[in-house]
Amino acid sequence: MNNLARLSDEVLTTRLQRAAFSYLIDYANPATGLVADTSRPGSPCSISVVGFALSCLPIAVGNGWISRADAARRASRLLKFFMQSKQSDAPDATGYKGFYYHFLDMETGQRVWQCELSLIDTALLIAGVLVVGVYFDGGGDEIEIRELADSLYRRVDWRWAQNGTEGLSQGWKPECGFLHYGWEGYNEATILYILGLGSPSFPLAPAGYVTWGLTYQWEHLLDRDVLYSGPLFTHLFSHAWIDFRGIRDAFMREKASDYFENTKSAIVIHREYGERNPHGFEAYSRDFWGVTAGEGPAAEECRENGRDRRFYGYMSRGVPYGPDDGTIAPWAMLATLPFATDTALAGTRRLLEKYPQVCSQDRFSSGFNPTLRVGSGGWLSEGWFGLDQGLLVMMIENHRTGLIWEIMRRSRYVRDGLKRAGFEGGWL
Amino acid sequence: MPLTPRSKPEDEETFLRRVRPSDWNNPTPQKTYDLAIVGAGPAGLAAAEHAARHGFRVALIEHNRLGGNSLNVGSVPSKAIISTARVYGTMQDAEAFGAPIPSEPALDFCQVMARMRRIRTRISEYFSAYNLNALGIDIFFGNARFESVDTLLAGDTRLHFKKALIATGARPEPSDIPGLERTDYRTSTTIFDMTALPKRLAVIGGGPLGCELAQAFCRLGSHVTIVQNSPKFLPREERDAAEILSRSMARDGVDIRLNTTVVGARREEGVRILKTVNNGVESEIQANEILLSIGRAANVEGLGLEAAGVEFDTEQGIKVDDFLRSTNPDIYAAGDACLALKFTNAAQASARMATQNALMQEQLRWSQSPIPWCTYCDPEIAHIGLQVWEARRQSIPVKTFTIMMHDVDRAIVDGQETGFVKIHIAETSDTILGATIVASRASELINEMAVIMNNGIGMMALAEIVHTYPTQSEAIILAAQAYKREFDKTSHHAESGA
Repeated sequence: MNNLARLSDEVLTTRLQRAAFSYLIDYANPATGLVADTSRPGSPCSISVVGFALSCLPIAVGNGWISRADAARRASRLLKFFMQSKQSDAPDATGYKGFYYHFLDMETGQRVWQCELSLIDTALLIAGVLVVGVYFDGGGDEIEIRELADSLYRRVDWRWAQNGTEGLSQGWKPECGFLHYGWEGYNEATILYILGLGSPSFPLAPAGYVTWGLTYQWEHLLDRDVLYSGPLFTHLFSHAWIDFRGIRDAFMREKASDYFENTKSAIVIHREYGERNPHGFEAYSRDFWGVTAGEGPAAEECRENGRDRRFYGYMSRGVPYGPDDGTIAPWAMLATLPFATDTALAGTRRLLEKYPQVCSQDRFSSGFNPTLRVGSGGWLSEGWFGLDQGLLVMMIENHRTGLIWEIMRRSRYVRDGLKRAGFEGGWL
Repeated sequence: MPLTPRSKPEDEETFLRRVRPSDWNNPTPQKTYDLAIVGAGPAGLAAAEHAARHGFRVALIEHNRLGGNSLNVGSVPSKAIISTARVYGTMQDAEAFGAPIPSEPALDFCQVMARMRRIRTRISEYFSAYNLNALGIDIFFGNARFESVDTLLAGDTRLHFKKALIATGARPEPSDIPGLERTDYRTSTTIFDMTALPKRLAVIGGGPLGCELAQAFCRLGSHVTIVQNSPKFLPREERDAAEILSRSMARDGVDIRLNTTVVGARREEGVRILKTVNNGVESEIQANEILLSIGRAANVEGLGLEAAGVEFDTEQGIKVDDFLRSTNPDIYAAGDACLALKFTNAAQASARMATQNALMQEQLRWSQSPIPWCTYCDPEIAHIGLQVWEARRQSIPVKTFTIMMHDVDRAIVDGQETGFVKIHIAETSDTILGATIVASRASELINEMAVIMNNGIGMMALAEIVHTYPTQSEAIILAAQAYKREFDKTSHHAESGA
């Protein structure tokens, strides 16, 4: 049993942040630097987790958890690995056209699980690459980091990923080519488009971003205006890197809002949904929310009030249209710290008080479902997921110092990408 | 011993007597018809009745049965079976309503089909050959073929016309899946001929009919697998609606294979096998029956359209302008033969409009008629007007007011909380552009939106219309009231600022 809930806000968040960061160190392969997707034995590397891990290095230096030299060494090792790894259309390569496969073997870096060459996960990786490329601005070894980061970014062939269309597919496989899945409706892909637009070598045409925007839905939902997207993480991922306060693209100018404000609205809707709790899930309230992508109880079933409750495994859950099976991500409320500080802390404290098992060794689990009774408590996912830990480190830091936002403001590629997407105003 | 209503042989005889009398003699043609109609499906029948009631001389030519797909193998039989499946599904959910699950919910498929045929017979009466004849309509059974710009053959009989309407409908889109032809698969035309419930049914295609029948047969007891080559069902609908349907079907037990392509089919020892590929991974589906439902192709071949100066293509059907006039200004088209929206109500509405334009000197535009449509799954998915992406493509700033059905009292009372009402408005006004409804009876609720939109009622006025309570249509009023609250709030802020 932990006593985290009794700590002051500052002590609590710092302790959770540091523990989350330590995941990115503890579960990294010392030879390649690749970071495991989860803490479970045999887990492959997830390239997006590597993107978060790279982004967290300046945070760790700033907080005195590791030295700048150590951070530079870690960054350099990873960038070299990605630069030197096999890029080809062979099924066992590490990447192709500058993109990378979603999951890689922790030892060899080769593609595993016949997974897809993932556009969004590559974008999250490259975002981390750009962070270290900007942050390490000194001489000596840091010069090489900047050069490698620049080369890795320039190598990504975003135009190829358009497959002759204006939009972007979600991925590609050597076995079947581009996946049918595209990007429909607002979601976490903003950073993907911005990085693609900012490329000096293979830039996306701005029309692609405009076309994607045509699928946005501006809704008055649960008494609040919002650019709708169901899963909470979609309102957070791009914001881990980019400070959207006061900068607006054409869509947000039309709505007299910005994406930062929109995430605040989404949080209000998630809390309102928790309060209304239409499906009668255990614990849901204005201070118990966080329906998002994450692990769930999978094939478990229970019958309640004459109806079967269905549970899902790893899936992108959303509010209010679902899917929702009573599973929340315990880390999600705290990850909203930059947008709704008081409610993020209140919800997290209440969660820690009532269900302390969701946080072991000061790290939050991926999923928790108190509706499904397992033993004395609800269902809890096993171990930790790297994405959750990385996002939490960055969001706590952005709330506290805005460090990552400040670093990315200095990236000319990001600035170019934002401008080509039509963003203007504010710090831009 | 309880009496069980069974389909009497005379039901089917009565049905056939109404839709294709065996003793029918085609009439002696009149010198010239005001309107010659090719095809007696929903469009042709609606046009024939409309014109005849206005005193015009009408010839109606049908090569098969009156009623077209809708009555014979489409809307009517499918909805009859879906109704039974709903009852059966509700029986399984009885405990949720505080009642025990019936001890013997076993199903007699023959009775289900017999009920369907009784219903079809009953509905066929209104447009029976004899009733149409009594209206003064000359019915010719036989193949139709245009000879020139103002004559056509009905079988061997030459008909002269002032105006003509092509209402030949559509047929199930064929497939080029290798080997499928040899599996003796079914389509919407033949699925209702089944005499036994298939133990395993594979449905190819996740459009409206494929989804409806997949869910219905699953509820009746078949193990159903549905294969859709795109990432979501119902490509015409918005993502949230399609995903809710997907989860509802999964809850019923339908095995869902999205983003999956059927690349081959074969038959081995009586078992039909589909070979599929999903993201490069191959697998197989075994079934006792296969339903192919990948769309509908307009019936435009063999009609002599070239002789009549009517342009067409096999993908889009008859080329028509906004007045439903073909490239021959005296020949119009209606329904599935020319429309992208292949629904019975669209066929009937377009037929009436074409008739008025052709015979009554009107200039009615098809593009100005909001046509509601519905997919009759559970929950039903209905839409009218513009989709959000259509409005945004036209650079119309659009805002959607959404009410979740789980916030509507009657939906809670009915245990039908899945779904939503979304009303899309032009953001700088209260003008309603369109609506999407996902609800147990969305097909009924969308008609209220049709009345509202056709009468130009805006959100402010809608918010003041009193409804009965409790009703699921209250969701529409709640959306309008949310608009009014926002409007009042904005006005108040503006006044305060001033």
